[in-house]
Amino acid sequence: MDVIVCIKQVPDTRHVRLDPETNTLKREGVESMVNPFDMYAIETALRLKDEFGGTVTALTMGPPQAEAALRQVVEYGVDRVALLSDRAFAGADTWATGYTLAKGVEKLGAFDLIVCGKQAVDGDTAQVGPGLAERLGLPFVAFVRRLVQVDPQSRSMTVERLMDDGYDVVETPLPALITVVKEIGEIRVPSLKGKMKAKKIEVPVYGAAELGADPDSLGLAGSPTRVVEVFAPKPRGNRVRLEGSPEEQADRLIEALRGDKLIAN
Amino acid sequence: MSLTIDTELCTACEACVDTCPFGAVEIVDQAARVNEKCNLCGACEEVCPTGAIRIERKTGPAAEGHRGVWVFAEQRRGRLAGVAFELLGEGRRLADRLGVPLAAILFGYGLDGRAADLFAAGADQVILADHPDLEGFTDDLYGGLLAGLAREYRPEIMLCGATSLGRSFFPKVASALNTGLTADCTGLDIRDEDRLLLQTRPAFGGNIMATILCPAHRPQMATVRPKVMKPGPVVEGRSGELIQVDLEARGIAGRTRLLESVEDLTEKVNLAEADVIVSGGRGLASAKGFELLGQLAERLGGALGASRGAVDAGWISYPHQVGQTGRTVSPKLYLACGISGAVQHLVGMQSSDVIVAINNDPGAPIFDVADYGLVGDVYEIVPALIRRLQG
Amino acid sequence: MDYFLTEEQLMIQDLARQIAEEKVLPVRAELDETETFPAEVLKHLAAADLFGLNVPEAYGGMGLGGFEHALAVEQVARVCAGVATAYAATGLGSYPIMLGGSEDMKQRYMTRVASGESLAAFGLTESTAGSDASGIQTRAERVGDDYVLNGTKQWITNAGEADVYSVIALTDPTRGPRGASFFVVEKGDPGFTFGKLEKKMGIRCSATGELIFSNCRIPADRVIGKEGMGFILAMRTFDKSRPGVGAQAVGLAQGALEAAVNYARERVQFGHPIIGFQAVQHMLADMAVQVEAGRALVYAVARFVDSGAKDVSKVSAMAKLFPTDMAMKVTTDAVQVLGGSGYMREYPVEKMMRDAKILQIYEATKQIQRNIIGQELNKEFGRRKKA
Repeated sequence: MDVIVCIKQVPDTRHVRLDPETNTLKREGVESMVNPFDMYAIETALRLKDEFGGTVTALTMGPPQAEAALRQVVEYGVDRVALLSDRAFAGADTWATGYTLAKGVEKLGAFDLIVCGKQAVDGDTAQVGPGLAERLGLPFVAFVRRLVQVDPQSRSMTVERLMDDGYDVVETPLPALITVVKEIGEIRVPSLKGKMKAKKIEVPVYGAAELGADPDSLGLAGSPTRVVEVFAPKPRGNRVRLEGSPEEQADRLIEALRGDKLIAN
Repeated sequence: MSLTIDTELCTACEACVDTCPFGAVEIVDQAARVNEKCNLCGACEEVCPTGAIRIERKTGPAAEGHRGVWVFAEQRRGRLAGVAFELLGEGRRLADRLGVPLAAILFGYGLDGRAADLFAAGADQVILADHPDLEGFTDDLYGGLLAGLAREYRPEIMLCGATSLGRSFFPKVASALNTGLTADCTGLDIRDEDRLLLQTRPAFGGNIMATILCPAHRPQMATVRPKVMKPGPVVEGRSGELIQVDLEARGIAGRTRLLESVEDLTEKVNLAEADVIVSGGRGLASAKGFELLGQLAERLGGALGASRGAVDAGWISYPHQVGQTGRTVSPKLYLACGISGAVQHLVGMQSSDVIVAINNDPGAPIFDVADYGLVGDVYEIVPALIRRLQG
Repeated sequence: MDYFLTEEQLMIQDLARQIAEEKVLPVRAELDETETFPAEVLKHLAAADLFGLNVPEAYGGMGLGGFEHALAVEQVARVCAGVATAYAATGLGSYPIMLGGSEDMKQRYMTRVASGESLAAFGLTESTAGSDASGIQTRAERVGDDYVLNGTKQWITNAGEADVYSVIALTDPTRGPRGASFFVVEKGDPGFTFGKLEKKMGIRCSATGELIFSNCRIPADRVIGKEGMGFILAMRTFDKSRPGVGAQAVGLAQGALEAAVNYARERVQFGHPIIGFQAVQHMLADMAVQVEAGRALVYAVARFVDSGAKDVSKVSAMAKLFPTDMAMKVTTDAVQVLGGSGYMREYPVEKMMRDAKILQIYEATKQIQRNIIGQELNKEFGRRKKA
């Protein structure tokens, strides 16, 4: 089974801050990592390879340093990688990202399945997966938590997808695109041979020209949405400290909550 | 869209450099220049004293002729989701600001009577597709149908709850309509001068808030998490226009098949609906802490939540996890016990009405967002609370 | 401090550390509490290609040396000495085969061990043979095309979990130092059973138990090398394995040091973090010096042994003696720095202190190590020609 995984390199979100003086995003010194949800997508693809053979390809759109994310997933067993990078891609919202990734997928050739992580922890929108499926005209299932049955021969797959009140069992033809959630399984460890391969592997880089992309659909120009303002969230919380012994603190809290009408008298 | 800087007019006063929120403007050879971080937000254009900065905006062909606010009313198993009413409340407000009708879109099967609930909640129109194939949710049918309806009726704004269902198919619809979608909005408003929808959402794990516009494409689409907006007033007996949609006439192909829809009550943790959540973190030091918190939750009639640290330590199962990689909740009362308040957790609960923090580390970040902070040992304070809530 | 590791060595260190932090750290307390063998974790180490670091590529290993193995063991031990013991013991159990086995034997067993598919164990200790290895009583009688083993091995690491056992038994009690031979015994061989698992002070997740040979019949080709090579192979095995135990001690001590420093920086008494007090600072400083000295010694010796040098017994013993003694002191001091908290099972250092003790005992006690070093000094100086 040939599987493509779309990954994203994201800043380590614990450290991104707004500089209060200039109101700009402080990105220096912030480490990058592979979007945690994408690692579950990688694990899903690798398990399919373990069972059915085939190749796993990781694809990402990003600046040149996103290459590091691709090398990182090779350590886990990914066979092939590709980086979509071009100044023209910068500033893309999820719509333009979906367009660019779709061109990238076209470049990679035939596949049985595309797997994406549920969402990126920097953008948090969970939109690239479904948008990409729409563009590629692929059947789509989001929030897959379990692959119940996969039949490459008969080109079909049954999955469980997480819903707010339980789960649905959905059957989809292949090729298809799915996004996966944590419950799909524990991520494996990289291997020494994988690390060595990751060091040596060639990372092809495709820009707008190689992809035959329409410039009006790329990057900022191609994004229907744009950010008009960025601001620090209003600090919330009254920050009242309730002091005293545990008994006293408990008393004071209950009194306060009664006053706020949050608990009954 | 493009930005040009007339170097003749530029005096290198650096007003633009100071104003740019993205650090995208630099002075090179005594003139301003923008780099790839530029987001075309226009802040520099506004502030330039000599008018040296010009941004050319594409006028969207699709912007004209679109009218109306649509709310996708989610239903599961014949029951309308709470978020549908919250969005109708918000949608009503937006529609009134714009002076346009508010429509609720409803797909399902056997939904007689539900339309009345939507009118009562403020919808002027209900667009209803009632068909056995729509009883369960499939992306192809729901997405294809909504996209087709949007092309036909041309609303200017479409809202949907950021539920598993909403987050699954709404992006597909946006892609099919070639328009933008902003997910998980915490605030919506109308910019009076051009009637654009201002969409505000957290980014970077909630450390930053961003306001987003979709100036040239229609409809402007946004999803909103449950419990963020408040439902509007209900007027029983209020009526409106019911538009029935024939699914079969639209010839939409459904490729995926819903085999079974399982309501999983075993792990059902009603976090999304709970008014009170008692939540535990690594500071509990062991699974036993959750037994204690469970007692408190019971006294308060609330649900049990947890930080990622506690779930990863195996003290409680994943459905209880609140935070960036767990659930987002906004109860009336959230008690964070032994939770340090890492950003990833805060993202999931900071819109709670009242936050109480109990932690023995006075410097824990949770105290910065708490309304009531109790520095002390969870294992002393919580039992004291339980004792007082007895009887 | 930078030890100028090669890129490959850095990869091994990073990988072992990542696995230790991601897969061992979350479960180490529970494994210790419940005395559960860390099978899952070992599978991860195997999947990461970390089992065959010092096995030649011809048998599916990485073809590296004891130094690389020590790097990996150190990282695992930093998080849990028990898991590190299970991991390292498989190396110990396969050294006799690597050092003395025929090509055919190596092909048969080393590929399985290198891939992590089979764990190995080293069977020497008996109730009558601890420090005095010559006190073994397990007999191996040649009977036709087989050997028949009778006797009991005691306190064997990986007992019951390993598939491959290197067992030393007496083949000819009259021949003294040449009277013993090593054999490969496989789990499932007729007459080979396991006794109870021991309840230990520390490294509780490691399986320690009896190997019981009751007319255990194995084919004659299971003898490792030739009859009579037993004690020599044992000594050569220990020369190789001792730096690994040293690495385990260094890792364990490092983990304890980190816990102590982190705690001292956060714990506030008398108005400020206790790391501000000289008494605490001096303890931490001494601990840090000891750990670094131990590390430097282990690395130097491991490299030296890998170079193929002949006379390594003295330094190999040093590489085990110093770090293990130091680890006992450092872990004890770590408990002291954490004070009351250090004594509580909620915090990791009491386990580290319990784990440390065995390192001063197994693979030859610290007393025996000193014997070895003393005797080697004597020999060394005796060899020098008088001017």
